[in-house]
Parts: sequence; C-alpha cells; structure tokens
Amino acid sequence: MSILIKNGRVIDPASKIDGQYDILVEDGRISKIAKDIKEKTANVIDAKDKIVSPGLIDIHVHLREPGREDKETILTGTRAAVHGGFTSIACMPNTTPSCDNAGTVKFIIDKARKVHMANVYPIGTLTKGRLGKELAEMADLKESGCVAVSDDGDSVPDPSVMRRVLEYASALDLPVICHCEDISLSKEGVMNEGFVSTILGLRGIPNKAESVVIQRDIELAEISDARIHIAHISTREGVDLVRTAKKKDIKVTAEVTPHHLALNDQCVKTFDTNTKVNPPLRTADDVKALKAGLKDGTIDIISSDHAPHLDSEKDVEYKYAPFGMIGLETSLAVSIMELIDTKVLTWPQLIEKMALNPSNLLGLKRGTLEVDNAADITIIDPKAEWTYTKDMVMSKSINTPFLNWNFKGRAVTVISGGKIVMRDNKL
Amino acid sequence: MARKKSAKWTKKDLLGLEYLSQEEIDLILETAESFKEISERPIKKVPALRGKTIAHLFLEPSTRTRISFELAAKRLSAYTIGVSGSSSSILKGETTKDTAKNIEAMKVDMIVMRHSASGAPYILSKAVKAGVVNAGDGSHEHPTQGLLDLFTIKEKKGRISGLNVSIIGDISHSRVARSNIWGLVKLGANVTLCGPKTLMPVKIEKMGVKVTYDLDEAVKEADVVNILRIQLERQKSALFPTIREYVRKYGITEEVLKRNRKRDVLIMHPGPINRGIELSQNVADGPYSVILEQVTNGVAIRMAVLFLLSQYKGGK
Repeated sequence: MSILIKNGRVIDPASKIDGQYDILVEDGRISKIAKDIKEKTANVIDAKDKIVSPGLIDIHVHLREPGREDKETILTGTRAAVHGGFTSIACMPNTTPSCDNAGTVKFIIDKARKVHMANVYPIGTLTKGRLGKELAEMADLKESGCVAVSDDGDSVPDPSVMRRVLEYASALDLPVICHCEDISLSKEGVMNEGFVSTILGLRGIPNKAESVVIQRDIELAEISDARIHIAHISTREGVDLVRTAKKKDIKVTAEVTPHHLALNDQCVKTFDTNTKVNPPLRTADDVKALKAGLKDGTIDIISSDHAPHLDSEKDVEYKYAPFGMIGLETSLAVSIMELIDTKVLTWPQLIEKMALNPSNLLGLKRGTLEVDNAADITIIDPKAEWTYTKDMVMSKSINTPFLNWNFKGRAVTVISGGKIVMRDNKL
Repeated sequence: MARKKSAKWTKKDLLGLEYLSQEEIDLILETAESFKEISERPIKKVPALRGKTIAHLFLEPSTRTRISFELAAKRLSAYTIGVSGSSSSILKGETTKDTAKNIEAMKVDMIVMRHSASGAPYILSKAVKAGVVNAGDGSHEHPTQGLLDLFTIKEKKGRISGLNVSIIGDISHSRVARSNIWGLVKLGANVTLCGPKTLMPVKIEKMGVKVTYDLDEAVKEADVVNILRIQLERQKSALFPTIREYVRKYGITEEVLKRNRKRDVLIMHPGPINRGIELSQNVADGPYSVILEQVTNGVAIRMAVLFLLSQYKGGK
C-alpha cells in the first residue's frame, strides 16, 4: 500500500530540503518528493502546518531486556520510542546477560523484528561482561548486527585496556561510545558537586570526574585512530575538550541529553529521586556551554539516555536511589522547548542532530528523506500543546521529572519502514 | 514571656533553617524562652500537648538529641513512642516511607526523624499528613541544634546580629554547621568557617560566610567559637593526615584562646566531644564553655518546636 503525505513542511538536512512538498511512500520506500503529487490509490495523510522529518533516531536507550523486563521490554521500549517520534533506536549493552555475545545480539534483533515498532540496533560491549578487563569479541558482535560498542554505565578504568579496545574497534570500523567518568573522583557522589550539593549535604560528583576521562579517551583515540563518541556530555570542560579535539581532526563526536539542557542541579533541592541521573544535572553555566556546543556543532547528537527504573527503586532516600530517568517520550518536546523556542537551533539543525547525525555515526543509512531510502518518517506538530501525564506513558517505568510538564510540539504520526506505526498520537 | 505578635507559625514541618524566615526563627526562640522555665519547676509538666502522639523515628544512633526530644514531648504532656533503627522493620527491608506511613496509619500527630540520608525527613514530610521534625539528616541539617545554638548565644550575649561567630572543624560532613550557618546569617551574625580545606565543602562562601584555614584568624576576633566533632574515621579516607596534626592545627586549647581579643568568648560544641582532640579538657570544662547550657536549652527549643508545629492548622 502506498502512503501520500501532503502539504507538510518537509525538512531533510541530508538533501538540504526545507519547504512545502508532498511525499509518496511505496513498498516501504520513499518513491517521490515533489510539489502537489496526485496519487489516487494512496492512503493520504494531511500534514498541513506540520513538519515532515526523517524518522528520528535515538542512539542511547536502555531497553533492559534481557534481564530486567520488570523495568522495560523491547516491546514497551519501542512503543515509547514511536510515541516520542523515533523510528530507530540503539540499545545499550548493560543488560543481563550483557550484550557481549552474538546470542544476545540475535535475541534482541529477533525480538524487535517481531514487535515491529521502531528499528532496534544493538550496541555491543567493549569488554567481556562489561568488566573492563578483556576485550569482547567485537568482530563477532559486528557480524551479528551491532552498530557500535560501549561499556556504557562504566568507563573502562584501565587506560591500557582502553587503548587496546580503541585499536581493535577501529580496525573493525566500529564507533566506540565512551561513558566518561572517573569513578574514584565520582565515588559515592549522587549529584553535581557545587553550591547546591554543599547546602543539601549530598555527596557531589565534580565536573572533572567527566572531563579527565574525556581528555584521556581523546588522547587514546588520537594514537589509535579510532572513532570515539562521547556519551551524555554534561560539563563545560567536556564541551571545550571535544571542541579542541575536533579542531585537531581527531575522530570524536558527542551527544547531549535533553534533560541536561532543561534541568540543572537546583532541581535536586526537592530531593526528588527522579532528578538523580548519571552524569548528574549540572549547573546553569554548564547548560549554557552545552547549548553553545550544540549551536557551533561541537555536539553532534541529541539522545535521551532513556533509563527505566521501578517506582519502588526510586521511592527511597536520595542517596539510595538508582541513577537514571526515562526520556524517549519527552526528548523531542524538551529539545523544542530548550533549543527551537530559544533559537539555539533551527528546525533543520535540530533534525540533523536527532536523525541524520545519529544515522551517520552508526552507519544506519537512515535519517534522510531522499528517494529510495527506507520510509522512516516522523510528522511533527510544532504547535500541539500537551501535558505529559502518567496514563499516557508508554514506557513500563515512569521515572521522569517531566511528569505533568506542559509542552508545545510533539510527534503526531510516525511511519516506520513504510508502515504507519502511530497516527494522530495513536499507536 | 513578652511574645511579639509579629510572626505566626504557618508550617506543618520543621525541616531545616534554610526554609525558615528570620521572623520564624525569632518566634521559635521567643517561644523557647517561655518554655525554658518549665524545666526548672519541681513538677516539670504542662498540658500544652495533652492528647497528642509523637513518634520518635531514630534511624541513626543518637543519645542526646533523642532524650532531649523525649523530655520535651513529655514535659508538654504528649504521648510518645520511640522507634530506633535496630528495632524497626527497616532491617526487614521495609522502606522508611512505608514505616512512617504505617506509624501514621495509627494516627500519630507528629514524627520526629533522625536519618543518616540527607533529605529523608524532607521526602517523608511530603508523604505524610503528620508534622515532621528533622532531628538530623545526613550532612544536610539539624535544625533544632542550630536553634538551640542560636538560643544559647542570644541568652549569653543578648543579641546575635553583629556578633563574630566562628565554626571550627569538619564543615563538609556537618549538618550542625549548615543549620548554624543558615540561622546565624539570617539573624545578622558574621560567620567564619575554619578547618582543613579537605573538610570544607565547595562554594560554601556563597552562603554568606568567610572561610579561613588558619585557626588564629578564626579565633582572633570571635565572640563565639562553635567547635564541631571530628569523626576519627575520616582520616582513613585521606581527609586529614593524623589526629596529631589535626590537634596541632585545629584543636582548641587555652593557648589558642589566649590569642582571642574578646574577653568573654563563648565556647560551644554540639557533642559528643572528643576530649583532647578538637577541644582540650581545660577549655571544655573551662569558664568560657557553655556546652552543658546548650544541652539544657535544647529541651526548651524542642518544646517550642513541638508546640508550634502542633498549632499548625492545615493548608486548607
């Protein structure tokens, strides 16, 4: 069946299109982009006053399956993804067992195919069992479908192991996603170290716990010629290091989460454990630096670091709660609020960071609306006003500080591989 | 008993001095003044809280604060129950919130909570209708200690505004320091903090205090020196080299006090004291020490707090 999307503002950064066009989808592919397409047989979607974007891609998601299906499953996680406007996601390997073997990779891919909501791309581990000691079978991981490798949640503590990881991965042309945290500096920390942690009497995590490891990994990337991607960058120091490294043509990219743009350490004053996240919510000054980094291209990608946790795990004293918040369903709206409404980014720039750049990093050949590409399309109503309420959450967990926030702008219709998976906000 | 009519109590809980206005602090101090005399009577009991039930939820070891709260409640005729960490179902895996909710289900009017985690009473206060009194949470606040310190200073010096108050020791881990700073700054004192840099939390100057690492500097012009307990195990986490060096750099001795230019400095300590470490024997028991008076005043302050919270009429 064919689908015709009419009258929308089509934005495709890859082909530098930004204007009113119609898009025709046939056999799961984009077959035509033109003004005023007439196609009688097609299922017509009126996209007047809406933005027609390449399907959004989130490269930093914790699906929790296998192992913690009580927090999230591939089904609920991909439903949340579609609900938030994402047609593709990459999932982190800190599952149980960890995704350090072809069997787990295949399990995830098969399950995601059956569910058929968003495309799921597994990320393999850097080291066996994510223990930071021995190299994972990265060639096997790649052959079975991994698009990147990471020990996300932990840094590889030993620099010489990290060096070997980078060398080995670079020979396979696998991007290495770096969780940068010096755990001896962050030890026992539960929030950003600063004036707020001082008055709350909570143990702080200094900015330098992130930046010393970003610096280390950049240095090691330089000697190993690897491609590194800095996950969830949160500090001014980190942004500066990446900016400098890019000028030296080191192969480094970086991502930021929407919550590190919208929230800061002041939010912890309520002791709301949904604000407990790693890296922690930083200061207003760091937020400024992150936005500047997005604007000047230092930060390439926006990703949610969607990290579901049980209510019961979060309903404890601040220092005992696990780190993490869900984000798939608010990522776009928070980004609009923080970046479009404040004129940090234009719409084409935002879509570049939420679709094209993620695709390019992982080599997905998606993230564009060019003819013959897989028909992954997200239709966004930039004016839709809505409130993120508990009953609309598609994720299995509700650990988010954005509950009951009012937003303007959201994905309304999502097409994944030529199939309408959400129409007018209905999955 | 000349209570000003300027401030009224409007809060369900006492969570910290950060959350109180200067007027509210004054109101508590004035109320405590009127309650202090009750403890001097042969029959130390008034009916102010008759029929009220107060649960003392002490999930971290405490002697002085717990006894002080118990006495305060009993002298106001409240009915009290005590739960301690070792006897509670916390050990059976129940969350603090569940424990508190269950206590509340038995219709308790107020919960006094001591907890090792910063913010625990804050979270509790949002979950229960009962009034919550923070009896010390992690390194966050110990508001009744802060208030009794203010009370003691005011009683001895007649005022707080304009006084030089130095707080010495492990500021980083001290809830007493934080509550004192909030209260003292709000009431117009000049606060100086002094201790090893490793025990000084970042950006603390933003609270409106001066920081020095030189003890003489902190003691020289002080009207009040409040000395904090040094946790001996901190040395093991590389926070200071040895007890010996700590005593030499930051121990308060008669020798150190000779360099104080004020003739009537107040020596305070929240207890328990490590005698011969942060405070020498002579100074602890000397003429400037008001340490036991702090303890006496603690009961009056806690009576005032429990009484005022019982006046809260709900946020209808």
